[in-house]
Amino acid sequence: MLKIVNGKVYDPANGVDGQIKVIAVKEGRIVPEGELDATARTLDARGMIVLPGAVDMHSHIAGPKVNSARKMRPEDHRRAEPVKRTVVTRSGVMGSNPSTFATGYTYARLGYTTVFDAAVPPLGARHAHEELHDTPLIDKGFFVLMGNNEFILRCVRAGEAEKTRHFAAWLLGAAKGYAIKLVNPGGVEAWKAGGRNVSSIDEAVPGFGVTPRQVISELAQAAMDLGLPHPVHIHANNLGLAGNWETTLQTMKALEGRRAHLAHVQFHSYGGEPGGRLSSRVAELVEYVNGHDSISVDVGQVVFGETTSLTGDGPLGYYLHGVTGRKWFNADVEMEAGCGIVPIRYRGRSHVHTTQWAIGLEWLLLMNDPWRIALSTDHPNGGSFTAYPYVIRLLMDREFRREAIRGVNPKAIASTQLPELDREYSLNEIAIITRAAPARLLGMKRKGHLGPGADADITIYDLDADWEKTFATPKIVIKAGHVIVEDGEIRRDMQGRTLYVEPEYDRSIEPEIRKWFADFYTIEFENYAVDMDYLPHAERVAVSGG
Amino acid sequence: MEGEVRVIEHATCTFCGCVCDDIDLTVEGNRITKAKNACVLGKAWFFEYPTAESRPEAMIGGSPSTVGEGIEEAARILTSARYPVVYGLSDTTVEAQRVAVEIADLIGGCLDTTTSVCHGPSGIAFQGVGEATCSLGEIKNRADMVIFWGGNPAESHPRHFTKYSVMPKGMFVPNGRKDRYVVLVDVRKTPSARAADLFIQVKPRKDFELLWALRALVKGIEVDHGIEAETGVSLATLRALVERMKRAKFGVFLFGMGLSMTRGKHYNAAAILALARDLNQYTRFVAKPMRGHGNVTGADNVVAWATGYPFGVSFGRGYPRFNPGEFTTVDLLARGEADAALIISADPVANFPQSAIEHLKRIPTIVLDPQASETAKIARVAFTTAIYGINVAGTVYRMDDVPIRLRPALSSRYPSDEEVLKGIARRVRELRREALSA
Repeated sequence: MLKIVNGKVYDPANGVDGQIKVIAVKEGRIVPEGELDATARTLDARGMIVLPGAVDMHSHIAGPKVNSARKMRPEDHRRAEPVKRTVVTRSGVMGSNPSTFATGYTYARLGYTTVFDAAVPPLGARHAHEELHDTPLIDKGFFVLMGNNEFILRCVRAGEAEKTRHFAAWLLGAAKGYAIKLVNPGGVEAWKAGGRNVSSIDEAVPGFGVTPRQVISELAQAAMDLGLPHPVHIHANNLGLAGNWETTLQTMKALEGRRAHLAHVQFHSYGGEPGGRLSSRVAELVEYVNGHDSISVDVGQVVFGETTSLTGDGPLGYYLHGVTGRKWFNADVEMEAGCGIVPIRYRGRSHVHTTQWAIGLEWLLLMNDPWRIALSTDHPNGGSFTAYPYVIRLLMDREFRREAIRGVNPKAIASTQLPELDREYSLNEIAIITRAAPARLLGMKRKGHLGPGADADITIYDLDADWEKTFATPKIVIKAGHVIVEDGEIRRDMQGRTLYVEPEYDRSIEPEIRKWFADFYTIEFENYAVDMDYLPHAERVAVSGG
Repeated sequence: MEGEVRVIEHATCTFCGCVCDDIDLTVEGNRITKAKNACVLGKAWFFEYPTAESRPEAMIGGSPSTVGEGIEEAARILTSARYPVVYGLSDTTVEAQRVAVEIADLIGGCLDTTTSVCHGPSGIAFQGVGEATCSLGEIKNRADMVIFWGGNPAESHPRHFTKYSVMPKGMFVPNGRKDRYVVLVDVRKTPSARAADLFIQVKPRKDFELLWALRALVKGIEVDHGIEAETGVSLATLRALVERMKRAKFGVFLFGMGLSMTRGKHYNAAAILALARDLNQYTRFVAKPMRGHGNVTGADNVVAWATGYPFGVSFGRGYPRFNPGEFTTVDLLARGEADAALIISADPVANFPQSAIEHLKRIPTIVLDPQASETAKIARVAFTTAIYGINVAGTVYRMDDVPIRLRPALSSRYPSDEEVLKGIARRVRELRREALSA
């Protein structure tokens, strides 16, 4: 039992905005103070701020693509500060693709207690779970790639909405994943089939005669009908390409009011002519999202420096290889998905990179409703998750932001709205975009807040005049009621839980799936589903309908 | 029970990197009597593995002991060593590999796998140029051009042709073999040539030159007729091959140790990876190393996710560092550097160079192996462990990084590698804690 006293609490989900309040912890949960007895340890948080543990809803931390990036980039690990073995912790490496143990420790040391990997091919789900098992301290889960699944493409072509829904439910349960993920729907199949892409949501997918629009609306509907905790999570078509804002707007309109989350929206907000320079079209997109409550976004903020682009978007990987000329990894996954990995360096002098940097900040500063925008760097695509304290300072400290603006490409920055935006985030708003909003968007009722019944995942910060310093080294991080970090040091190594869903589906579709496996897969149907041995610390999250 | 007949369906064969998971095993009593779908190597694996349970579960200094005593002695050796090495790992489960990595981390040792003596150079090439690749099902469903290079899969991976790469009918190659053009490039005409439409015989140690000439031709750079004298392959043959590669819808290079372990090593592997990459300017092309041991790919993955590097890692400074040539086992043994070794499911005494073996014989060695391997014979502590896939459940990564579950058919009186390693890890932690508090 634990009693945190005298701290200023920021718990926006419960309307608490900086009041001094006691937070009581018992058996891993937040409880009313009256439930504690005299044995409770008291933590004096005088002069400190108390927030729920942070939630990263879109990151890349586990599974085949992340591990390929680790293998491909020894130079990236070698440059970074090593993570040394201690009496309680394992050693590891950092860089843009840290080793699993280092990933868990580093997130925890930043006050993050829940992290989702945003793109796992179901054939690699077992691999992702094995890595998550070796990713300590944090709770975790992943989204399952479906937007180029050939079974789904066929169902959509045949207009079999019910079968699509049942198959998606079966696939989520087989992978033990958390949400339905689309990555460049149809475009990855076009790449696998002949090195092409789709250029709009209405271009037919080669060999399948369906359009991305159909895939988007069918799977958005399936996620809703299944009552999944998180709606369809969309990496839209044409990521990174000049002029893609129209595709993004069409994607949102194609949803026709269905709930959806648009990932790393920064990468999808570009004006300009294909092949030419990027410009910002955030204004038009923010206006649409501000006016449509059914849509949420995360940012995919770019941070200057070396990182790795790592994506399920195969044609994007090849495109970036062409742009950067650097080494390129591509892996096509049978019947399901693709993958592309390229090292990338974002430079402040670059017109393109400055525009990208500014667009992310424009999104954060122009969105009226912080409950529908989550902070992300799309780790490691825009930059490492270790940059979150820096991004938070950019949002909270106008003068710091102006200073940063003076260091980037002046022509590019002048073509964006960023220099005119004076908004500063409050601590309450930071607590929303890093905790309360992502938890709510993910449908996690016990995360992202500090009300009774919530998981006792708590971060306590000592206030520094510099917000980046404040957020870079929490005073204390508590996970499931245990103090895991004190003054930046890991005090205790433990396993977090893996969150997954397993919706009901009509078992009568199984014979057809079995035949599908016999005809086209190289693994037996019977050996495909991940069983619970791979999730020794698991929590099945309930679905609400279906 | 005697006489009882059971069938284990969808069992997985861990003999080679194909990791076929469609084997139906018939078990009579305590023997496997049928292995439906298995190839000749798979049948040998299932039928001929030691079933006589006469070896002691552990030996210390050649004398039979208990597993507990073996663990105690192993932990003592590893905690008192200043430069221990953990090696092997390609023929055991991911679950055991993970514990081995933890031990290496705990004791600050070197960690290396048999990758360093097979496709290690391919891993180094991957770090240099990247890799365009795919899962085996993509080859089955799409590949209309398949080029084997420096390998003899007919004998090393017998079901690769029928299950993945040459024969199978797939979604976009509905006629199977008829829809594919198959090429073999090798220094000699092996039995695999029978499966190929075209056999190209390259002069020994001239693979790099041949690959580089192909890269040039793909890019439209002129190559002169001298290439024939250099490589043994005529310019006309190369030109025709390049035309065919560019016309293919989906092509694949499947390369063996004939590239990665001959003159040029990682240069050869880098050349074939670069050639496949370059061809994506014209069509889709991918490349894959033909990994050998059942779970060597799992070893790469586990070592990479835990340390950031695929093999040849040292924890000597308290964190992982990577340096093939320095931290790879053959090299550090040959230099006489390690002062203790933990060897899991590998037999370096049977295949390392003499200088490395000499040193291995001088230092205390702990060996986990189902068989009385040459290395087990020289071990200070030798554990007899149960066989993965036959006695032990767990996970194995196929050569294309697809993880597959094992369905063991027989029980064993021996512990698994994972159990022994967990015992050693536990005891090492205790001894270190005692040392710290002393």
